[in-house]
Amino acid sequence: MEITLQVNGKPRTVDVDPRMSLLDLLRERLGLIGAKKGCDHGQCGACTVLIDGRRALSCLALGVAVDGSEVTTVEGLANGDELHPLQAAFIEHDAFQCGYCTPGQLCSAAGMLGEPGPSAVTEDILVDPDLTPEEIRERMSGNLCRCGAYVNIVSAISEVAR
Amino acid sequence: MNRIEGRVKVTGLATYAAEYPVEDVTYAFPVQSQIAKGRVRHVDAQDALAMPGVLAVLSGEDPPPLASGADGELALFQSREVAYRGQIVAAVVADTYENARAAAAVVRVDYDSDDHDVSLRADHPGLYKPDHVNPAYPTDSEKGDIEAGLAEAATVVDVVYETPVLHNNPMEPHAALACWDDEGGLLVYDTAQGTTLSRDTLAQVFGLPKERVRVVSRHVGGGFGSKGTTRPQAVLAAMAARVVGRPVKIVLTRQQMFDVTGYRTPTIQRLRLGADAQGRLTALEHVAYEQTSTLEEFAEQTATPTRIMYATPALRTAHRLVRLDVATPSWMRAPGECPGMYALESAMDELAYALGMDPVELRVVNEPETEPDSGLPFSSRNLVGCLREGARRFGWEHRDPTPGVRRDGEWLIGTGVAASTYPARRRPSKARAVVEDDGDFLVQVAAADIGTGARTALTRIAAEALGVAPERVHVELGDSDLPEAPVAGGSMGTASWGSAIVRACEELKSDGKEGLADTTEEVRGDAAFSRHAFGAQFVEVRVSSVTGEVRVPRLLGVFAAGRIVDPKLARSQFIGGMTMGMGMGLMEETLTDEEFGGFLRRDLAQYHVPACADVPDVEAVWLDERDAELNPMASKGIGEIGIVGTAAAIGNAVYHATGHRVRELPITPDKILMPRF
Amino acid sequence: MKPFDYTRADSAAQAVREYAPGTMYLGGGTNLVDLMRLGVAEPERLVDVSRLPLDTIESVRDRVRVGAAVRNTDLAVDPMIRARYPMLARAVLTGASGQVRNVATVAGNLLQRTRCAYFQDVTRPCNKRRPGSGCPAIAGDHTNLAILGSSEACVATHPSDMAVALAALEAEVHVTGPGGDRIIPMPGLHRLPGEEPERDTVLEPGDLITAVELPPPPAGATVYRKVRERASFAFALVSIAAVLDVGDDGVVAGCRIALGGVAHAPWRAERAEQALIGGPATGEAFLRAAEAELEQARPLPRNAYKVPLTRNLIVSTLEGLAS
Repeated sequence: MEITLQVNGKPRTVDVDPRMSLLDLLRERLGLIGAKKGCDHGQCGACTVLIDGRRALSCLALGVAVDGSEVTTVEGLANGDELHPLQAAFIEHDAFQCGYCTPGQLCSAAGMLGEPGPSAVTEDILVDPDLTPEEIRERMSGNLCRCGAYVNIVSAISEVAR
Repeated sequence: MNRIEGRVKVTGLATYAAEYPVEDVTYAFPVQSQIAKGRVRHVDAQDALAMPGVLAVLSGEDPPPLASGADGELALFQSREVAYRGQIVAAVVADTYENARAAAAVVRVDYDSDDHDVSLRADHPGLYKPDHVNPAYPTDSEKGDIEAGLAEAATVVDVVYETPVLHNNPMEPHAALACWDDEGGLLVYDTAQGTTLSRDTLAQVFGLPKERVRVVSRHVGGGFGSKGTTRPQAVLAAMAARVVGRPVKIVLTRQQMFDVTGYRTPTIQRLRLGADAQGRLTALEHVAYEQTSTLEEFAEQTATPTRIMYATPALRTAHRLVRLDVATPSWMRAPGECPGMYALESAMDELAYALGMDPVELRVVNEPETEPDSGLPFSSRNLVGCLREGARRFGWEHRDPTPGVRRDGEWLIGTGVAASTYPARRRPSKARAVVEDDGDFLVQVAAADIGTGARTALTRIAAEALGVAPERVHVELGDSDLPEAPVAGGSMGTASWGSAIVRACEELKSDGKEGLADTTEEVRGDAAFSRHAFGAQFVEVRVSSVTGEVRVPRLLGVFAAGRIVDPKLARSQFIGGMTMGMGMGLMEETLTDEEFGGFLRRDLAQYHVPACADVPDVEAVWLDERDAELNPMASKGIGEIGIVGTAAAIGNAVYHATGHRVRELPITPDKILMPRF
Repeated sequence: MKPFDYTRADSAAQAVREYAPGTMYLGGGTNLVDLMRLGVAEPERLVDVSRLPLDTIESVRDRVRVGAAVRNTDLAVDPMIRARYPMLARAVLTGASGQVRNVATVAGNLLQRTRCAYFQDVTRPCNKRRPGSGCPAIAGDHTNLAILGSSEACVATHPSDMAVALAALEAEVHVTGPGGDRIIPMPGLHRLPGEEPERDTVLEPGDLITAVELPPPPAGATVYRKVRERASFAFALVSIAAVLDVGDDGVVAGCRIALGGVAHAPWRAERAEQALIGGPATGEAFLRAAEAELEQARPLPRNAYKVPLTRNLIVSTLEGLAS
């Protein structure tokens, strides 16, 4: 099936097998290797991208089902040579080691910063809370990091959230 | 300093094994055994071959030849014997991943199955004494008279601990992309913790001279030991590429990783400790029971840390192994020290309670002058310093040792301590340093950066050796065409590669153009010392008296690990190890399927590793150590010591919180709740 | 994955017309695509209903109607839901991760399948996946499986958090299908396994959930609590959605308790509720009620901990609501 996506601002038309995930489409067909395959079942967050501005798991999205969507991958976060503030903060806070979960962490954080409303740890559900470290930890728990860089990830995101 | 490859990692441009753009690539997908023991009677590939895009089905029916003598886990399709459920028994190669995977699902494999045995028991009749334990330690050690020491003890602790099967679960799945050239040369982009070893292994498996094989692993998405040895996906990719005459890519699924990329053996460990009224050990015995496969022997060195930790007149350690119908266990972050120190440091806490003594003081009282087993002098040892500094920072002096008395609503609060240790070794390595045309320096070594920051640390080491700014040094690694180097493992990477780099840089400085180093002789000449890093872990836990949930609000590690090459990277290594140790303590567990063989919970929704919300406050600090006996950098490895001791500290804190000792990891709510009600 | 056809429906009616045996409806895909990749679900055809105009949350008189295609995140952050049904917002927020909630739909959340290890592994037997093949979980790994309402055939649990809150809120599930429209009151959507564990719900082939309608919030204090050994991004060992209305006289006027992680369906603890209504709101009464409910528990060796866990959770939750 032929589908068209806006990927990092550019229209991309691809003929895809309906079985192909958005993740495999990005990696194997469009040469965008930023989104990572960690589990292929929505259990690790390494494949997180922004679909129509919201963070989502590209491994659980069929390419055909996102036809017509805007997709932003980690390759599309920076503004030319100028890193996204999250990217710069991740480097400065040493918020990664092996780097494999990092694109997903970054896309997830970028999406998360634009998500209002409470989380599971918000005391008063009627209030949109400040992004305290506790709130960030809960909201970023869909992105596993086996190297254990969480402490630094949270400090990097906190700096940008301020 | 900031990671040199930071920018490519945060922009998504860092290229991992499966990500190299290769023309005309095809995809392979393995078919795995559905029995735990027996023989493949027949592989019927007819339906699979009729599926769209399928190029080949590989199996034992027409096995592509490999050289004899390959490791049993790598000798794909060379035998019809099935050693464990999940073993690779066939594979499909197709034009797309979707087609390969769909066709793999219709390959029909018929088996003659035998009864299997997958259960480790301390009374298993098949237990035996291996010749040595990983990598080359004596299997047993004995000094003094254990029984006499226990008989004269004022207090005896005799306890058994169990640890489950654990899986490394690096975020990047094991992958390989293999291409053969017209001259019969093999290029494999592999997820390898060491390209030299991976090259040598592949050369041996395919019967090729080393010069004809090249392995490239520029970026590796974690390994924690599971990528330290060559894994079957690399062999399968190369084999399949030869069969179809096109490049072949394989990315194992997360589930397949549980089956064929190694794991930490489960252990049953019996500890017997005797102490006099002052807490001085009179006897210390540590016996570990572990498993291996019928294919290969892997004997974890679980009890070896007990040989170096505490002064005692009677010291015995032993390892017993049983061959089961399971996959071969392998390295997982601090093999040996990690599960062994969990048991020893839990037992020390039990002894402290039995004696009515502070657990920090108990360890101080038993500080040895020389290595207890060997009698060798320590090159440096600052365990007591770590315990004291940790106690000070953690506020240990105000601790009431009474278990089960601190409450915040439904939450019981406790604190615990455990010691950690890890050997400080190095291996021979080569390196090359040259002046480039622009006057900068190129440093080459077939090292691997699996997330440790090796590129950055080696840049710093070279810059210091050359006396130039790090910006003028460019380190090239992750390619077997570079000067030969050992794997990133055993916390030996920086010490091994760094030694060679320093020597190469020294030679460059005198030569003016190029320096080539090979540290084989230098390492062989290392004086006889007991070389280890030490540390102390302090932890606070909250345990729900309603649900049995355990949370860790505070985890502090203090380490003495030689000179720290780079503080920023070192802190990340320590806290990363400690975070993994928290997972070991509280949630990580792979179940063995007794009925069907193989493993259960083979994904990241069932095998839980810590998530961001589990890790509110992990901090690591260190004591500066000056140890001239180690290597030119005076450094000790730091990749593994962080995980060592963490689980014991958590278990000790859970006891302090609840008054209940859990002796089987992980400490999940069921184990908290059941004995209480 | 077996090859399949894909079409996108423009309306619920069209989706139902497109239905034929072998067809599955695709919502957010966060469970279905996962199951297809595992080979557990093998549709011949997907009809994508994720973009149907069923994505609004509307107040209808004193009730609230939530479209089936509303994403979990949008449900949880909706001001009306947070104000009137905080328990529901809480339950949704404890489920999965932010990325999954952004995509997963309300209907898809209800219809997600069990995470039992055997169900998800096509190389092992499972009565739910392959009727008659057996249930190895009973003798094997059932640590996280059911203690209530299970059968010889199946000990699976329903994994949803949202459905537990909906069971306590007595929401109505609106369904359209080849047989026409109907309304199913929660917790009646999900069934117990009995002899037919392959059937998770009472839906018939081709049925499509169009909305979930919330009746006026019950009187009293409400709470949702989820227990798990990992602090986030994990399915519940046990969860509870509870409503407690205590009169000025200290007598329980109303009580609803729904449990997750203990059964094949969200479990309304009716025995406990009945034991409490009209009686004193004391810790002792809560304990007796919890024990009355758990008398029917049939735990297995590795999940026996769920009995004291559930008991404690009921007591502690009600005590919290009463104070």
